Amino acid sequence: MSELSAPSLPPTGRAPLLAAGALVAMVAGSAAGLLLVPADALQGEVQRLMYIHVPAAWLAMLSFFVVFVMSVLYLVQRDLRWDRVAASSAEIGVVFTALTLLLGSLWGKPTWGVWWTWDPRLTTTAILLMIYVGYLVVRSFADEPETRARWAAIVGIVGFVDVPIVYLSVLWWRTLHQPPSSPRSTAGEFVYVLLLNVAAFTLLYIYLMVRRYRIAVAESHLEELQMEGA
Amino acid sequence: MKRRRMWMALGLVAIVGALVLLVAGGLRENVVYFLTPTELAARGAEIYDAPLRLGGQVKINTVDWNVDAAELRFVITDGETDVPVLSSGAPPAMFSEGMGVVVEGAYREDGVFRSHNVMVKHSNEYRPPEEGHEAKDLYRSLIIEDGS
Repeated sequence: MSELSAPSLPPTGRAPLLAAGALVAMVAGSAAGLLLVPADALQGEVQRLMYIHVPAAWLAMLSFFVVFVMSVLYLVQRDLRWDRVAASSAEIGVVFTALTLLLGSLWGKPTWGVWWTWDPRLTTTAILLMIYVGYLVVRSFADEPETRARWAAIVGIVGFVDVPIVYLSVLWWRTLHQPPSSPRSTAGEFVYVLLLNVAAFTLLYIYLMVRRYRIAVAESHLEELQMEGA
Repeated sequence: MKRRRMWMALGLVAIVGALVLLVAGGLRENVVYFLTPTELAARGAEIYDAPLRLGGQVKINTVDWNVDAAELRFVITDGETDVPVLSSGAPPAMFSEGMGVVVEGAYREDGVFRSHNVMVKHSNEYRPPEEGHEAKDLYRSLIIEDGS
């Protein structure tokens, strides 16, 4: 049995290198955010949450974009590899959406005065989390790989509707959340540190994807073996 | 077969795109997180005592914080219309004159907005403190406020 499945797992040759790269980048990003630049004049130390809140939100959106693209590819080509990439990315996206909400809440209390408010940005983000938790639930309901992949792909495409809405919510509607910062609204040194952290989180995403995809391949092997045995 | 699937996928994407436009278009006009002072004034008597949010700027030289009564009075303005606000409890640390705020409560017949929750709407600008100035530390006030 092990002869059957083990050789077909994707190689992990460069994964440790990727892990080391992500780790170094994240330590550098955090060190820069905590020590290198001063805190915001108005908000003080809490503003440093920006250096993980914004990259976490970016990763969530990147993850769901990957789910969207892989879902379309799956529906066109019916290749289960795309489905595995989509499933892996959705899980990572859910983790980082939850992290974004949590960090935002911690940031909101000392600055806005509330942990939570039902403004359009916060509400659409909460909906985003529910959509992709739903995506994972749909996956767990279907027993047959093709059925599961097909239903997941439809949720992965339709659910993506919310991603641009989350991003544009602060521009379309009145919100408590401020509109996106730009290099024009933010001091240059802050922007560089933010970009460093965005790059670090992106590396982390690639590493997590490599690992999670490998697990997805192993899971599908196991499923095949169980079906043969049944 | 493959071609049919491609059209199906494209169709799905098109439906999603249409949904985005529809939802966004519909919501754009209907989702109002807060009213401006001018909108509030225009609604008049029909919104007395209805729970709602009011948003605008804290008018300069209107803030009156009564420590003993734990009452905060200030005026919210959108540059056109002014609405006096009476709020109970201490405002968030970032609250200051000229700052954007959103208050939750109800507009009363006496023309004063009674608020039970003042929220500060800060801008998207981030700058280091100027030479010789120190950054505020908002989290400290939070710890003291909750710890006391």
